Amino acid sequence: MDFSLSTEQREIRELALKFARNEMTPHSQEFDEKGIFPTDIFKKAWELGLINTCIPAEYGGAGFSSLDSVIIGESLAYGCMGMNTSFMANDLALLPIVIGGSDEQKKKFLTPFTEEFRIASFCLTEPGNGSDAGGIKTTIKDGGDHWIVNGEKMWITNAGHANLFVVYGTIDPALKHKGISAVVVDPKTAGIELGKKEDKMGHRSSDTRGVRFNNVKVPKENMLGKPGDGWAIAMSTLDHSRPLVASSALGGAQRALDLSIQYSKERVQFGVPISKHQAVQFMIAEMGMKIEASRLLVHKAAWMCDQGLKNTEIASYAKAFASDSCMQITTDAVQIYGGYGYSKEYPVEKLMRDAKLIQIYEGTSQIQRLVMARELLK
Amino acid sequence: MANVLVFTELHDGHVKPVTLEILGKLTGQTADVAVIGDISAEQIAILAKTGAQNVHKIKGANLDKYSPEGFSNALGEFIKSKNYDYVFAGATSMGKDLLPRLATKFDAGLASDVVNFTMDGGVFAGTRPLFAGKCLAKVELTGPKPHFVSIRPNALGMNPSPAAGAGAAHDVAGNAGEIRAAIKEIIKAASTKVDLTEANIIVTGGRAMKNAENFKILNDMADVIGATVGASRAAVDSGFAPHAMQVGQTGKTVAPSLYIACGVSGAIQHLAGMRTSKVIVAINTDPDAPIFTKADYGIVGDLFTIVPILTEEFKKLLGK
Amino acid sequence: MNIFVCVKQVPDTETKITPTSDGSFIETASIKWIMNPYDEYAVEQALLIKTANPAANVTVVRVGSVKDTEALRTAMAMGADDASLVEATDNLDSYSIAKALKGAIEKTGKTPDMILAGKQAIDDDCLQVPQILAQMFNLPSVSVIVGFEMNGNTVKVKREVEGGALEVYELSTPVVLACNKGLNTPRYASLPGIMKAKKKPLAQHSLADVGVSDADRRVKYSGFKLPPEKPAGKKFDATDAAKQKEVVSQVVGLLRTEAKVI
Repeated sequence: MDFSLSTEQREIRELALKFARNEMTPHSQEFDEKGIFPTDIFKKAWELGLINTCIPAEYGGAGFSSLDSVIIGESLAYGCMGMNTSFMANDLALLPIVIGGSDEQKKKFLTPFTEEFRIASFCLTEPGNGSDAGGIKTTIKDGGDHWIVNGEKMWITNAGHANLFVVYGTIDPALKHKGISAVVVDPKTAGIELGKKEDKMGHRSSDTRGVRFNNVKVPKENMLGKPGDGWAIAMSTLDHSRPLVASSALGGAQRALDLSIQYSKERVQFGVPISKHQAVQFMIAEMGMKIEASRLLVHKAAWMCDQGLKNTEIASYAKAFASDSCMQITTDAVQIYGGYGYSKEYPVEKLMRDAKLIQIYEGTSQIQRLVMARELLK
Repeated sequence: MANVLVFTELHDGHVKPVTLEILGKLTGQTADVAVIGDISAEQIAILAKTGAQNVHKIKGANLDKYSPEGFSNALGEFIKSKNYDYVFAGATSMGKDLLPRLATKFDAGLASDVVNFTMDGGVFAGTRPLFAGKCLAKVELTGPKPHFVSIRPNALGMNPSPAAGAGAAHDVAGNAGEIRAAIKEIIKAASTKVDLTEANIIVTGGRAMKNAENFKILNDMADVIGATVGASRAAVDSGFAPHAMQVGQTGKTVAPSLYIACGVSGAIQHLAGMRTSKVIVAINTDPDAPIFTKADYGIVGDLFTIVPILTEEFKKLLGK
Repeated sequence: MNIFVCVKQVPDTETKITPTSDGSFIETASIKWIMNPYDEYAVEQALLIKTANPAANVTVVRVGSVKDTEALRTAMAMGADDASLVEATDNLDSYSIAKALKGAIEKTGKTPDMILAGKQAIDDDCLQVPQILAQMFNLPSVSVIVGFEMNGNTVKVKREVEGGALEVYELSTPVVLACNKGLNTPRYASLPGIMKAKKKPLAQHSLADVGVSDADRRVKYSGFKLPPEKPAGKKFDATDAAKQKEVVSQVVGLLRTEAKVI
């Protein structure tokens, strides 16, 4: 049993945290307020090797383990949960290729992401299908020498900037899960129509849109696996991506704690810093406890992934616990800041708005509990 | 009693105030002054009044402007010809550059940026801040003599009643020796204000200044009281002011007589850079801002209304 | 071309400094160490020179405790070629540090064409080592540089002095330069850089190896203590527009009569 990080992991964390503090945090409030997509910061992070951590070394990636990538994810989310959503979306989109793609597809689709700065989107959710991903309406029909994609996707992160889409659809809705298939689509293909940018509560610097596919032709060789392999690829992707998404909640929670500690030592009420009041101490203790527990879960879920162990149950624990804790911790941070916390001049209200989304996307906290129960009761 | 040499710089022909602070503090020791170049009788009289026994004017070729090698060669040769126990200078831009090199010519030690000292039994014992002023330590010198000390400007204060010295002036032939690093040109700064590190009064703006244009109200007040304008890190990071104006741990460490903080919350890094200021005035809308814990006079209110009133009051007081 | 960069490992600027109970130094057990921020400008300048002269070799040298080698590893991850460490306590004086750095540079067997360092270390804030090192090597030096140009072996640097004025120096290598903020923008160590740094050579020496002993100490520190807390100041409420003028006038009066600073 060894809980310590390796020297390289500590250095990676230091680098990512330094980047987060110097490059992300200073712009996080402005980009949030104005809804600015962080292109330059994204590119700079890519230049340092902080993006696309899922790409294996043989395809030009750095060869990071899942544990490495959650360490990076936590650090970048510490800088700004909203920007990190854009960064992380690349991994979420590329993971299905890593998991379900052939050697040729990996070379063709992954390697360019290591050679130049590129952005990817994962297109699964539909206006009528969120948690019930098996009920996908988008169709992928055989058009002879190509596939034809038709349908509408919703809440697609990075859609307005993407160089690559991974699109989930069904070859036949009657087949339910067994019909689900995944194809790699060039966003410039004729028939793709982008919706307007969503005006969101939080994560406002990340670009979220609907995407409509009207008779979009996709080369035959762009399907990941065989027709009908999509569901298995998606499920396996989630085992990898949930620890990563959980790590972003962890980073946001850690920032809320650090800010709360700092503020509670400075703010004086009744003649003493509020950190001397037990009511505040208890909130801070609770924050620290939940963060440590979240981190252990996130690291364990990632570690299991690296060991090739089935982590579905632990990954759901990590995702639900870390995001629910982040929500509580950021809410308490606003409480500790009092009136100032509710003001946009101070950084904590944004953390609270950002935290909410992590309980929703990539499987809501309720879906996570369904997964847990299914695993526990099977 | 120790034999001490105080090296003085001249600014527009005037002895820098830190020289007089040092001389005043050395009352009871035998203190000479060395200057490179010429110095007026009037200035020699000021030095004598503050305790200078002898004023050595070191003159020679290539000593008209500062160079680390020229000045250390000439001063080194002069010091070798005498029998000084200590050599003092101000921890100014020149002093900080020159003294380490000069001391090493004697394989001697240098206590730099000292803020207070005693000379009990003719032996130096000083106090200096470390870790950007977050702590203080006693500093003593050992090894070959003379021992070198640089003193932070404005830290000692003036001795109100120093023992006068003879103030005998001597011309000394200075040999600059080989100069490999020489000043080719000097680019004047846009502002003619005293540097933050030497300023006697500093007015600083924080994040609450909102933008660069608003610094005008601080400049107006600074003009009235002869202050230099600084900025907090938050203001610099927000682009309201250039880094050269930054006070704090990653900016300049200052110790003016009067420090007026306007809309500065008082982050620990900022406090580290200005906490040794003699008198601190803080203006902030937040009555619990940490800056008030360091302020001698705190004004709770909006700087945009308070500062103009303050400027008017200063004008009245100073008859401007 | 042999470029040496002297780096120091210092407590993070946000670290709370606590003197030890006997006042001999500060508590170092829980300190987070970082590369001295001014040294980052020196490392960056060396790497910029290396970009223009790919044959240049950049060696980072550090004197300090061995417990972690973060500063050297960071410099190598940024792109320095190799590193040299002299194991020593963290409270050496400037003269001993400079002598140890000189010894470590000489141990490499390379003759320095340029020695770069930060203008000061933010722990002891002495601003001495680069100039001492220059004198020990009998090399010209310029400190507090904020501008750098190089043409062949001619170096043109700008030194920042009081009031923000700049002294422009032109000199030939070999030189010692002490770097200030504003000189450049230090790069980040990249992740591939961090991986590569693992394989770069790091030489280790003791103080005795580089000819430094207790007899080289010139400055003795003792009695480390926190600065005295000031007595509570006076606070005036000027939020009421009607009273503002009166309050400000009162404060100005106190500045003259009580504080005697105007």
